[in-house]
Amino acid sequence: MGNEAIGLGALAAGVRVVTGYPGTPSSEILPTVSERNSGNIHVEWSVNEKVALEVAAGAAVAGARSMVTMKQVGLNVAADPLMSLAYLGVKGGMVVVVADDPGPISSQTEQDTRTFALFSKLPVFDPASPEEAYEMIIDAFELSERFGTPVLFRPTTRVCHGNAPVKLRETLAAAPESLRFKKDSRWVIFPRLSYENHIKMEQRLPVIAEEFSSYRFNSLSGEGRLGLVTQGISSGYVGEALTILGDLGQPLPAHKLLRVATPHPFPKRLALDFFDGLDRVLVIEELDPFIERELQRLAGEQQLSVTVLGKASGHIQVAGENTVAAVTQAIAGFFGVPFVPAASSPIGATMLVEAPELPGRPPVLCAGCSHRSAFIAVKRSMRKRRAIFSGDIGCYTLGNAKPLDMVDTCLCMGAGITMAQGLHVVEPNALHFAFIGDSTFFHSGITGIINAVYNRTPIVVVVLDNATTAMTGLQPHPGTGDTMMGWVSQKVDIAAVLRAIGVKHVEKCDPLKLEESMAAVVRAADATADGVAALIFESPCIHVAPPAPSYIVDAEACECKECIIRLGCPAILSVNGKAVIDETLCFGCDLCAQICMFDAISPFSLLSAKPLSPKPPSATP
Amino acid sequence: MKANIVIAGVGGQGTVLAGKLVARAAMDAGLAVRTSETIGMAQRGGSVVSHVRISDGPIASPLMPQGAADTLLGFEPGEAVRCLPYLRPGGTVVVNAHTVAPVAAALTHTEYSGPAMIDYLGKCGGRLVVIDGDAICAEVGSAKVLNVALIGAAAAAGALGLTLEQIEEALRKSLRPKLVDMNIQALHAGARAAGQAAPQELQKETQ
Repeated sequence: MGNEAIGLGALAAGVRVVTGYPGTPSSEILPTVSERNSGNIHVEWSVNEKVALEVAAGAAVAGARSMVTMKQVGLNVAADPLMSLAYLGVKGGMVVVVADDPGPISSQTEQDTRTFALFSKLPVFDPASPEEAYEMIIDAFELSERFGTPVLFRPTTRVCHGNAPVKLRETLAAAPESLRFKKDSRWVIFPRLSYENHIKMEQRLPVIAEEFSSYRFNSLSGEGRLGLVTQGISSGYVGEALTILGDLGQPLPAHKLLRVATPHPFPKRLALDFFDGLDRVLVIEELDPFIERELQRLAGEQQLSVTVLGKASGHIQVAGENTVAAVTQAIAGFFGVPFVPAASSPIGATMLVEAPELPGRPPVLCAGCSHRSAFIAVKRSMRKRRAIFSGDIGCYTLGNAKPLDMVDTCLCMGAGITMAQGLHVVEPNALHFAFIGDSTFFHSGITGIINAVYNRTPIVVVVLDNATTAMTGLQPHPGTGDTMMGWVSQKVDIAAVLRAIGVKHVEKCDPLKLEESMAAVVRAADATADGVAALIFESPCIHVAPPAPSYIVDAEACECKECIIRLGCPAILSVNGKAVIDETLCFGCDLCAQICMFDAISPFSLLSAKPLSPKPPSATP
Repeated sequence: MKANIVIAGVGGQGTVLAGKLVARAAMDAGLAVRTSETIGMAQRGGSVVSHVRISDGPIASPLMPQGAADTLLGFEPGEAVRCLPYLRPGGTVVVNAHTVAPVAAALTHTEYSGPAMIDYLGKCGGRLVVIDGDAICAEVGSAKVLNVALIGAAAAAGALGLTLEQIEEALRKSLRPKLVDMNIQALHAGARAAGQAAPQELQKETQ
């Protein structure tokens, strides 16, 4: 996997400190290092990306090679230290790996870290495959150390989660024996130092750009008056497209092909070689039209009469992932050769006519997920009150789907807690619930809660503590206590943190016990009369807890279908008007049994002991 | 030698591991491999697709264009239909007969019929191999071997360009030791199911 290649490359480069915060598609890089750690590398999941970057920076100013990993929105959290570190510089090589997510497939934004590199005046590497990622991260460490600057390394999802055989180097760089931080005013950022370093940065960028013009993974080939430019995974799509068009049998026009693996500082000399003799250029890239703008700027600066086409001209889609089909279509149009896409081929045409209708299949909370129970408890107890539910980033964002429909807002990590405060200002008579997961609580929830306590904004903070970072692959965090070094640390207790920052009403509750949970929700809601109230729903993720026996529906007794209508559980199906539980998916959470008005659902092993006659509806339907 | 394989299923069904096993077997056979898979948010019960590309020459892109797959491995009939545009004319579809109903399908009246989907696959694909994945899982005693059973069926149908022995070896290298025997059993059960399904397909093709 590309992410493993990045981790292995960092090991080959002699990395000493690896930090990060999980986020798709970056999450597998850091565990690759920790799994092979002989003990001399410090590997940690930090509480957030800002902290991770600062820990790595501390090691780097002392001379150690360090790497920090995150996804693109994580870089927004880490932007503050990164911008300043760009001015301060480093001693040991430091690579900031930021995985971008065109699509987006698992993200809030389609931001482009190459543009962040331009903004922060830092070099950036953009690998096209797992093989390249392995080699390029080693180059990135070397460049960083040589120029004394942090370096960005930006793979995208299809590189991170693509797999290919990677040839590993036999000899690994040896980490220096002993390092010692050398006290020096150069490590203390002050306006004067920033001014002086700013000049150095601007002087350094053209030097690196010149070096990048001969960099081994930037390539220029071909001849002709037409030019194609590409980067990253789109290079693969371009290669595929040229093969497809070539196989159609008609000759393709002569053309040049430029691949840019180091978009910033832009390899100007290489680009000028590319421009030589060209009339028209098509730039095929994902996310921002980064190379397109650089080429347009360069053409303007050099007063070249060359037309640069791409996203701005409508030749390449402005949003979402590129595909082989779309890239083939774009190149065919640019070359002026006919191309019939597969969708209108005979097989495609058959399908357009006769294809049976298929429902969408969005992601959902797992069967047995304790978040479902927590949402149901809040929903049921707030049925007659005006309540607004601010969500956050994690599996529980999936609580937005019907029938739960329990996420009214979602913005970014930690924002549920703070947006609820703004919503309260506008609607002071409503109840404002902010749902936050355990890992997100530590990441960026605590400061927001302090803000609510300080500004006397009464919200209900609902911590959905499932004892792991579930969405990104079950990473540990301060509340779980286990670390990437194999130690078990002192667990940081969420309830104690809440009490310490001044939350007066703090209650813990097992969300799988519905009646008790509903009573706890009402108590927390009422406690907002006295300020911020917190309710901690504690129940481990089904991926870290052993399953209970699965449940079964007594078809004779099944009448209400509450389980189907209210829960949205993937294990419960409707067959001939009756609820049926798929025992291979059921986790035995018991929630459906608790809401069934006819007592028709019971653990599989207890079925024979249950009465088969329906009982009258209970008082809490 | 070239084989383009699309794996379509529902998050949690084991599609990612299926892709890894096929890739492993191909790598061990000295072939070039590129794969791409869905990880992250979409894994939670959503539609998931993996691309596996095997070749004796260089492979440009991990994702293939529509109309390029030699083989479509469908873990579920609806998801197989969703990915059918990737299949090349005359390609092979190996599909599990058991449907996974989308959550809240009952609420939104979006239930669909597995047999109707399979019927449609039969009309569009070059070759269709339907296997009863549930029966194999029950026979082996684990719901988690569906992926390996489908690989067994595809390998037996000659749709992977890999032999059952090569896949067995990949299973031994990739899985925890205590899971190996069970999965090898599932592999061969899938292969046998494909053998039994074949005559039906010939019948269908001659209709």
